[in-house]
Amino acid sequence: MLKKVLAPLALALAFSAPALAAEGVAAPKVSWSFHGLFGTFDRAAAQRGFQVYKEVCAACHSLHLVAYRNLQDLGFSEAEVKAVAAGYQFVDGPNDAGEMYERPGRASDRFHKAFPNDNAARAGNNGALPPDLSLIVKARPDGHNYVHALMIGYEKAPADVQLADGQNYNKYFPGHKIAMPQPLNEGQVTYADGTKATIEQMAHDVTTFLAWAAEPELERRHQLGLQVILFLIVATGVFYAAKRRIWKDLH
Amino acid sequence: MATEFKNGLVRWIDSRLPIFTLIDHSVGSAYPTPRNLNYFWNFGSLAGAVLVVMILSGIFLAMNYTAHTSMAFDSVERIMRDVNGGWLIRYIHMNGASMFFIVVYVHIFRGLYYGSYKEPRELLWIIGVVILLLMMATGFMGYVLPWGQMSFWGATVITNLFSAIPVVGGKIVTLLWGGFSVDNPTLNRFFALHYLLPFVLVGVVVLHVAALHQHGSNNPLGIQHKGPQDSIPFHPYYTIKDLFGLGVFAIFFAFFVFFAPNFFGEPDNYIPANPLSTPAHIVPEWYFLPFYAILRAVTFDIGIPFTHIVFIDSKLGGVLAMFGAIVLLAVLPWLDRSKVRSAKFRPLYFWAFWIFLADSILLGYIGGKPAEQPYILIGQFATAYYFLHFLVILPLIAKIETPKPLPSSIAAAVTGKEKP
Repeated sequence: MLKKVLAPLALALAFSAPALAAEGVAAPKVSWSFHGLFGTFDRAAAQRGFQVYKEVCAACHSLHLVAYRNLQDLGFSEAEVKAVAAGYQFVDGPNDAGEMYERPGRASDRFHKAFPNDNAARAGNNGALPPDLSLIVKARPDGHNYVHALMIGYEKAPADVQLADGQNYNKYFPGHKIAMPQPLNEGQVTYADGTKATIEQMAHDVTTFLAWAAEPELERRHQLGLQVILFLIVATGVFYAAKRRIWKDLH
Repeated sequence: MATEFKNGLVRWIDSRLPIFTLIDHSVGSAYPTPRNLNYFWNFGSLAGAVLVVMILSGIFLAMNYTAHTSMAFDSVERIMRDVNGGWLIRYIHMNGASMFFIVVYVHIFRGLYYGSYKEPRELLWIIGVVILLLMMATGFMGYVLPWGQMSFWGATVITNLFSAIPVVGGKIVTLLWGGFSVDNPTLNRFFALHYLLPFVLVGVVVLHVAALHQHGSNNPLGIQHKGPQDSIPFHPYYTIKDLFGLGVFAIFFAFFVFFAPNFFGEPDNYIPANPLSTPAHIVPEWYFLPFYAILRAVTFDIGIPFTHIVFIDSKLGGVLAMFGAIVLLAVLPWLDRSKVRSAKFRPLYFWAFWIFLADSILLGYIGGKPAEQPYILIGQFATAYYFLHFLVILPLIAKIETPKPLPSSIAAAVTGKEKP
């Protein structure tokens, strides 16, 4: 009996395997601090993730929907946020003389962009446009796991895969040929809290940070959601009791 | 017959402006309702509640939204991030659209199962189909407003359908776009219409309710009520039952808003619209998928075989099939001529109903799949069955079916004094 059930299943798997390879391999499932009804962002991981973004990703990828002031949600102090912002020069103006000028960043500024526009970004990256990362985990199917997988998925290309100049092989990227070179290497950053900067660790941290960047309202949403649903359950219980009582004389 | 009110002020107002009498006759103690309605009859009032939620949340979103191609996407993200409570309002509105269609689809299939479309409720049913069409138009245009990839490419695919109309098709599409492609004028007019149509919808809903009150609700037995023993006043019996149903529904709604807000959405719509990059799979919102499957099922030209004469090319054929699928719903009262309403007493129709429901779900599944085999073939069979159900099976069943004996009255069936 069991064999009868399993045989077609195995057959189906055998046929679907090549199809999967063409589409990109399913990303490994990771456990995230922000998943589940009570999920919140692991502050330490998100702060480390910010460091990875700032020191590695930001060289090419913008994060234009996030402002420096938002970092306070991750537990950075106001002074720390101001210091981070002041580390960048922003073009502002025009001033009274009608001229544009440069000034240090403020907490209210959106994250500094590595390139002034898309054409400059393409010109600096072999024609490929590094996407803005503000919504990247919401803009990909199974986004959290996908972003994480992409960070750890760089490999030497199999012999039968021809890579063009400027292409790299990533087993989790759809089609496997990705313009982005491997961004994370062992010890790429030096964590202030002493955490060992393995590729896996940095991938996990930066994904946590980007998940927060995409859904900064998540914690408030979960918290309010529990309150709302709890209230609704009680109210609905009262309505049901009232319904029973009103309908009693009919039955 | 005016209702007697105890409160003197209420009496004073009511004799000059019978607003309280109107309320009492609409949803109060002066509106007799069948005593045997089951929980499927909750979905009408639920749809009304969702419409109110959509209009209210939509008005607040409109206060913060910018209908311009270069700003629309970021203005939605500003609502999500910087507007107080903006994420909540937007997720309510976004998921509310899905909730609206879930509730209305249950409402429609309730009507199909219990024969609510039959005489004397044909116009009530047709007005309902008009409501569905308005909802589809409104939902489609609303989905375009965030100006993500699916917004843009969905709008491009759907507006292009009109180009299939012979002779004037191209002109109609230019008119819809306000130019020669989906662009800023398109976004602007879609925003204006997306704000307008819900109020048209409210007007048509008023007609729907007026038509309902003429003959009252149908009921699970599908028999007319014959006297006061068959009915109970709407208030308090159905006001409290509807309120309880609303509570259960609100829990369901809230779960998605707070814990899975993007469950019904496409990840691609969080990528800003890019006219130069077509997504691999363009899929409409889930509630359009069955119709999308019917649209794509016509992959062949219709003409004289073995010649090059084509009367209807595949594109026009698909569009006609899709709109035909909705038109068939409207003329359903004249396709199913059986005098018995409820499927409870119709042994053949009972099975036809469930197979039709399964077919509709199958069409929805196919609509979400890429246009490749075996999905194309399955979609074509499912589409053929959809039309077969309305045009052949229903008229045939009405002719050959022997219905089970109907109970003599609602009261008799409910109190069990007489076996139905």
